[in-house]
Amino acid sequence: MAKSPETEHPLKAFGWASRDTSGFFSPFKFSRRATGEHDVQFKVLYCGVCHSDLHMAKNEWGFSQYPLVPGHEIVGEVTEVGSKVEKFKVGDKVGVGCLVGSCRQCDQCTNDLENYCDKQILTYSAPYTDGTITYGGYSNLMVADEHFVIRWPENLPLDIGAPLLCAGITTYSPLRYYGLDKPGLNVGIVGLGGLGHVAVKFAKAFGTKVTVISTSINKKKEAIEQLGADSFLVSRDPEEMKAAAGTLDGIIDTVSASHPLLPLISLLKPHGKIVVVGAPEKPLELPVFPIIIGRKVIGGSAIGGIKETQEMIDFAAKHNILPDVEIIPIDYINTAMDRLLKSDVKYRFVIDIAKSLKPE
Amino acid sequence: MAKSPEMEHPVKAFGWAARDTTGILSPFKFSRRATGEYDVQLKVLYCGICHSDLHNAKNDWGLTPYPVVPGHEISGVVTEVGNKVKKFKVGDKVGVGCVVESCRQCDQCNKDLENYCSKLVLTYAATYTDGTPTYGGYSDIMVVNEHFVLHWPENLPLGAGAPLLCAGITTYSPLRHYGLDKPGLHIGIVGLGGLGHVGVKFAKAFGSKVTVISTSINKKKEAIEKLGADAFLISRDEEEMRGAVGTFDGIIDTVSAVHSLSPLLSLLKPDGKLIVVGAPEKPLEVPIFPELITGRKMVAGSMIGGWKETQEMLDFAAKHNILPDVEIVSMDYVNTAMERLVKSDVKYRFVIDVGKTLKPQ
Repeated sequence: MAKSPETEHPLKAFGWASRDTSGFFSPFKFSRRATGEHDVQFKVLYCGVCHSDLHMAKNEWGFSQYPLVPGHEIVGEVTEVGSKVEKFKVGDKVGVGCLVGSCRQCDQCTNDLENYCDKQILTYSAPYTDGTITYGGYSNLMVADEHFVIRWPENLPLDIGAPLLCAGITTYSPLRYYGLDKPGLNVGIVGLGGLGHVAVKFAKAFGTKVTVISTSINKKKEAIEQLGADSFLVSRDPEEMKAAAGTLDGIIDTVSASHPLLPLISLLKPHGKIVVVGAPEKPLELPVFPIIIGRKVIGGSAIGGIKETQEMIDFAAKHNILPDVEIIPIDYINTAMDRLLKSDVKYRFVIDIAKSLKPE
Repeated sequence: MAKSPEMEHPVKAFGWAARDTTGILSPFKFSRRATGEYDVQLKVLYCGICHSDLHNAKNDWGLTPYPVVPGHEISGVVTEVGNKVKKFKVGDKVGVGCVVESCRQCDQCNKDLENYCSKLVLTYAATYTDGTPTYGGYSDIMVVNEHFVLHWPENLPLGAGAPLLCAGITTYSPLRHYGLDKPGLHIGIVGLGGLGHVGVKFAKAFGSKVTVISTSINKKKEAIEKLGADAFLISRDEEEMRGAVGTFDGIIDTVSAVHSLSPLLSLLKPDGKLIVVGAPEKPLEVPIFPELITGRKMVAGSMIGGWKETQEMLDFAAKHNILPDVEIVSMDYVNTAMERLVKSDVKYRFVIDVGKTLKPQ
């Protein structure tokens, strides 16, 4: 007979879970596995609230396992390490992102691209190698394989830095991979939310000239004065868009709502690239003729491998790239989710787990 | 008052033109400009029939100014050169492809990418810098700026080699640009027509394992035995397609009919690239999620190539003996050839023997 979440593992754990498609969170008792020889156990200090957490809490993608404890922008302090762990010791500050496992032997894994492994294991709501379901960082304790644990740099704030583990790598990786990280390039960022605002910061750090592309003029002042964008384009303004045609080397599109690609393709110079990192539910229409005559590229990207995630964290620490966050207690989570739905946050909520998550 | 085609230039010329959307071609008298200081005048010997010629003849893309003299896969021999021409002399064998002018000063032109210049002038159905229409290679002579004339390699047949000037460069360029030219890669070629069959030959020459992806099993034997493809995948066979999921590094899609990209994307490995070179009339649907995102895959386009790369491609083809498979036809067969082309009834390019069969009437 299947064990309950509380009894399936030897270590008591506590978190907040969504139990059905309402996406409503409430306290949840469960358990964590004993620290295996390659495992790192850590006390969770902070956890970012990613929009994926909301999608998953409501089972919008169809593969959620209830009860669901989300959270994959997790920062904490090591409390125990397995006997074969080499990279971490008790007291170290660490992070865990969206993955906690992969096959470790396919072409992707051997090229440090665990995020493209067929058998990757998500940090929450996925079956682990022992058959149990993974629970994420809206909890007091995590146990993760050393390979998937990120070393947290000394000078990087634990609370503000947490969203780098998903939002950060999701935008850093395609800027690098698609060659949009060269000084002097013109890079557009579509959407100014959790992903978009961090993308602006990385793109600026790479020395590019950054244009934020948004449906709403309200975000302009903030984009330029707070985030350091060089310019702002209102995508609903046909004249502005026309004037900007053929000026961008690349675009990172963070918007997950369905939207037309053609206006964005027109903004690209020949050989320009648009990288989609937001996940629309339906296929988008692609007008093929413009991409042929301009030799343009539409590509995708999903988070990054562990090696690159570490590289990104170290880069952020070195260049002082920090997300803009609103710190909240765990019992604010349902309100936070309501606000997130309305994009009412600048630009990521981060749960102060250590101070506010109390077993009941 | 606009001059007639016969009168607008000083040198008499003769060709076959389509005059309306029936696309039917018939003899047409017109004229060519005098050989300017940078111009090369050539007698046309052969001209390939590209599917674009058919689209243009019928005004399928809505851009055709009639009368249109198509033809942009032209091989010939130089008959006169302007006094500042350095690269060619009378008697040289030369080629002309899809572009006869560009702005020569933009970022694209400065990087030998004239084909992406916003002011490029096509070999036919376009307006030249002097305001006159351009007429293509279904004609007796051409006058072209030296910059856009290609040296014809010694050992490359003028007839069979002509389609390289469009079909060749259109498949060679993306294989190179997108890094799909490394030995050992697994490359798919969708569609086995003029573009596709040359794509197979180039991909094999680059040392790739080549799979032809086609809707019809009929082409399998030919693909493998004649063209040298390593494998053949029937895109309508769900089981075959399922078995091939995630096995391709890159796919060159030459098909211009509207078709689903989703099955092709699923064939790609992570980081795989789907390159579209055929131009469908309507937008295609691209499934961003999951395919593009979870596999970091890309859909990209490509269009012919710059002059420099076209020359490089010709030299490569000559060196590696890569020749299109052609059916040589006479000028007056062109309408029948067009009808057969609509039904894909050609292996795999018609080439008009202009030199021997185009007679002024």
